Amino acid sequence: MADANPFRPDDGVIEVMGLSKRFGSIHAVDDLSFTVTPGRVTGFLGPNGAGKTTTLRMMLGLATPDTGTATIGGRKYSEFTQPARHVGADLESASIHPGRTARDHLRVYAPQIGVGDDRCDEVLATVGLTEAANRRAGGFSMGMRQRLSLASTLLGDPQVLLLDEPANGLDPEGIAWLRQFLRYLAGQGRTVLVSSHVLSEVEQTVDDVVIIARGRLMQACPLTALEAMARPAVRVISPDAEGLAALVAERGWGPQTRFDNPTTATVFDHDCPEVGDAASAHGLRLHQLSPAGTSLETLFLQLTADPDAGEAR
Amino acid sequence: MIAALRTEYRKVATTRTWWLTAIAMLAYVAVMGAIMAFSLVQGMRAAQDAPAATGGFGDTILDPMAIATSVYTLAVALGYIFPAVLGALSVTGEFRHGTITPTLLAEPRRSLVLGAKLVAVIPFAAVVAIAGVVGSVLGGAPTLAIMGEPTLLSDASVQRTLLLSVLALTLWALVGVGFGSVLTNQVAAIVVLLAFTQFVEPLLRLLLAQFDATEVLSKFLPGAAGEAIAGSSLYVSSGLAELLEPWQGTLTLLGYAIVLVLIGRLTTFRRDIG
Repeated sequence: MADANPFRPDDGVIEVMGLSKRFGSIHAVDDLSFTVTPGRVTGFLGPNGAGKTTTLRMMLGLATPDTGTATIGGRKYSEFTQPARHVGADLESASIHPGRTARDHLRVYAPQIGVGDDRCDEVLATVGLTEAANRRAGGFSMGMRQRLSLASTLLGDPQVLLLDEPANGLDPEGIAWLRQFLRYLAGQGRTVLVSSHVLSEVEQTVDDVVIIARGRLMQACPLTALEAMARPAVRVISPDAEGLAALVAERGWGPQTRFDNPTTATVFDHDCPEVGDAASAHGLRLHQLSPAGTSLETLFLQLTADPDAGEAR
Repeated sequence: MIAALRTEYRKVATTRTWWLTAIAMLAYVAVMGAIMAFSLVQGMRAAQDAPAATGGFGDTILDPMAIATSVYTLAVALGYIFPAVLGALSVTGEFRHGTITPTLLAEPRRSLVLGAKLVAVIPFAAVVAIAGVVGSVLGGAPTLAIMGEPTLLSDASVQRTLLLSVLALTLWALVGVGFGSVLTNQVAAIVVLLAFTQFVEPLLRLLLAQFDATEVLSKFLPGAAGEAIAGSSLYVSSGLAELLEPWQGTLTLLGYAIVLVLIGRLTTFRRDIG
């Protein structure tokens, strides 16, 4: 792999526009639109059954959308002559023939992807499977299978990578390695889209998030914007409106404080002990002091929760 | 197209299925050949000794040539399930192991994938076919020789039958590819292939041959078409059936393969995958 950035950013933009797909009466994907930017790792997040894999399958021409389009670098997947040289994809449903060795698994696809056999050994080395190259995949651990799948997505040295739950089955060491590797790939200017059903799994890896639930887009933004929404906060109620205002002013909390009414304030970026101690130091009477912030994971659950949840989840 | 062919060729070459199938085919046909050679010769001798009580199949007494061709075409008459399964597995295996996803990611043009599968299976099918024909000779010829009958292996028409048997059995793999593309569930595909070739078709052939109106249909059944390519079979020498000309049989069997592949293309390979 070249050190310099050999990619034209425009070729790496993934654009999903108005994508919909129904299975019977179920809207698996419902008018979904988002954009994925090159040079960044994007987390494609949502609970199981949110429509992530169906969306990926439609992006890759494996399933036909009812409406809408998905393009990569302005082209549909089926319009590429050697798509795997541009887009490397690994879907959960994809598997490995247990009777083939790791090297043979890659050698099978190499001609069609348009690369030589030497490239197979290269990517095996990249994912750390060189020593297992001649072993049958049937005896592989889940982690080894994940590495081999990743190797096959890298065969064509693609600018765009679409990975469906790549951390599944990896041990902590493997997850740490994967994080670093995905960051490295994005650093080369590649587009990296990683799906996951848990935010915490990709929290340390992704730059952007696309969060879907029940086939619909819930949030698409940089992770920092999500973190901003998830910052800690304390809700304070004091009968002494003037004293409360004075406390906020004195501590310099003004910019991150929201007054719901003169006696009720929400102070962001601070926790209950801090605010409580400060109030005590000022001799301010409090009627309520409670945590009002959300953690990233809580926010994720809120975003993806079914508003009319009955038996679901 | 070349890339697709190389990929499909490697898919078959990198698993053990093809040579295991060849070995199983050889062993099965060799055993059947020995048993059949023995019992047909016994039947012929019994019939010669007591013309009134004709044994064997039907009322026809087999001569040495009929016995030899019956034995040497056993691979086509009984063993064609092996190349058919080999062909079917090249499609059903992709669905069973989920490799159809990476396959279609590497080559989204699905017609090309199916076409390449049809062509790429041919060399492996030919090996299985040769294994079957060799099996019939290995099992049949020594048995005939031991029993003092001519093996007729140097006879030109016998040699032609052996060669055409290889063609017939190879075509059976193409029918298998088509069948696998229609019925992608691997276990179901093998069960249905077994049931049809070993039970349904033989029964259907006998039934259809009973009536003048339907007799012609029985010649166009796939098994009968395969035997027609070889130019002979146990069924024919026993007077149970008549066959098409070899070229007609070739076209018929090829027709089955093409029609099945087209159905597979318009059903399985048009649907969403994964």
